[in-house]
Amino acid sequence: MNVLVCVKRVPLTGGRITLTDDQRALSTKHLGFTVSPHEECAVEEAVQIIEREGGTVTVLTLGPSEAEEQLRDMMAIGADRAIHLVSDEEWDAQGTAAAIVAAIQGDETAHELILFGNESADAGNYQVAIRVAHALQRPVITGVKALAFDLDPAHPRAICEQEVAGGRDVYEVPLPAVVAVKEGINLPRYPSVPGRLRATRKPVDASSPPRPAAQLEMVRLVLPPDSGKQVQVLGRGPEAAPAVVEILGELGVL
Amino acid sequence: MGVLVFVENVEDELAAQALTFARGIGDGAVAPVTISGDYAPAAWGQTLADIATERSLDAVVAAGTERGNEVLAHAAAILDQPFSANTTAFTPGSPPTVTRVRWGGSLLEEAVLHASTPLMTVAPHAVVPDGNPVAAETVAPSHHALAVAPTKRVGATSTDVSLQDAPVVVSGGRGVGSAEGFAIIEELAGLLGGAVGCSRAVTSAGWRPHTDQVGQTGTKVAPDLYIACGISGATQHMAGCKGAKKLLAINADGEASIFAHADYGVIGDLHEILPAIAAEIRKPRGA
Repeated sequence: MNVLVCVKRVPLTGGRITLTDDQRALSTKHLGFTVSPHEECAVEEAVQIIEREGGTVTVLTLGPSEAEEQLRDMMAIGADRAIHLVSDEEWDAQGTAAAIVAAIQGDETAHELILFGNESADAGNYQVAIRVAHALQRPVITGVKALAFDLDPAHPRAICEQEVAGGRDVYEVPLPAVVAVKEGINLPRYPSVPGRLRATRKPVDASSPPRPAAQLEMVRLVLPPDSGKQVQVLGRGPEAAPAVVEILGELGVL
Repeated sequence: MGVLVFVENVEDELAAQALTFARGIGDGAVAPVTISGDYAPAAWGQTLADIATERSLDAVVAAGTERGNEVLAHAAAILDQPFSANTTAFTPGSPPTVTRVRWGGSLLEEAVLHASTPLMTVAPHAVVPDGNPVAAETVAPSHHALAVAPTKRVGATSTDVSLQDAPVVVSGGRGVGSAEGFAIIEELAGLLGGAVGCSRAVTSAGWRPHTDQVGQTGTKVAPDLYIACGISGATQHMAGCKGAKKLLAINADGEASIFAHADYGVIGDLHEILPAIAAEIRKPRGA
């Protein structure tokens, strides 16, 4: 099976977010970068699928030239090649989906499965996978926490479990399909040193698509008001235990 | 004219919030609908797209739940319109502007919405319900060629106190140090009739299953009390526990950002403090 996984480069925020002076981005001077957590699991899932079933994994991103670092990371854990849509600009979900669709349609490999993370860590738009699926006229399942296949050549299907209150809903969809996964579907592996070395030699197909005008046009970012909380320090070390238990009593949780 | 509101469940407070938000958009006219039959996201999105078009409605609104976001994303794809997920405010104008949630609530985005039929979900608890009763017209789902629906439901495997509904959550982070270190977290949770949670660092290390993870990409909890033990307070973790009524932080680092979010704090080694708290709880009262 040929699997395409879409990922996004996002900063590793710590305890506090600070903004750039123009309020259009996070100040990332002191931050590292990663791919969104759900997407890291999507790549792991794709690698496990081809380890079982054979095939290839292509990883795709839309992002700045620095995002090649994330593509190499994903190839280090087992993706075979990468497609990099290079842009320094902020794209809205519609533009992003259109660029991904054009890249998929222009690719020489036909992908039976397109994986996404359920939503990106930063923008959280909850829609790129669904827009891509509609444009490609493929079924789509989101929020997937378990993924299996029935690869009967006449009717190949993906069997997807989606977490809902009180259990899991099981969907069976014909391939080709689009699936958006959530963290918890697997535990992503760490790249090995040989994996990292191999990744430096794997191909990255880079292009710079023009950005269409944003229809949901970000103007600026704003930090939400401070909680205004003032912590009441109950003490230091085990001597604080009586004070803690007194508070537990006051809160009615004992 | 009016705003189409997708209502999952008329009993849900989030539906009342979405309706209140919708009444504030235009002239106050709303058309709340529920869709009959089994959940089928593409077909339900088609239903909303059809109704919005047939009745010439101005906007489509739903609560920012998993299903609200999913169904509106389908409707937006079908209508080829922008969709603002987890919106906290709408300012009319030509074009209108919205404020929406990023980073699981750690950041807000102000954006211009260039749309003929804008679609928006409402971030949970961003709006105080106006007190009007919630009622909705039940409509039949439209046909969509790519519609898929669940074939069956499998039950939840855990019989423990559910993390999502627990009145107390005792959560451990990297500071717990090991899988075995969670014994004392489990003990305290047991004494308080609560559930065990953890941070992403803990699931990544394989110490606890992902079902215990609290945070932006894990479970979002809103207990009466959240006890954060050895958790630094990264924004992604806070996104999962900011609904807690009270937060008690126990951390060796008095400068950890968790204390900026806490109501109560204890500074020190959780491996000493938690057993002392458990022993104190077990002491006969009034003695």
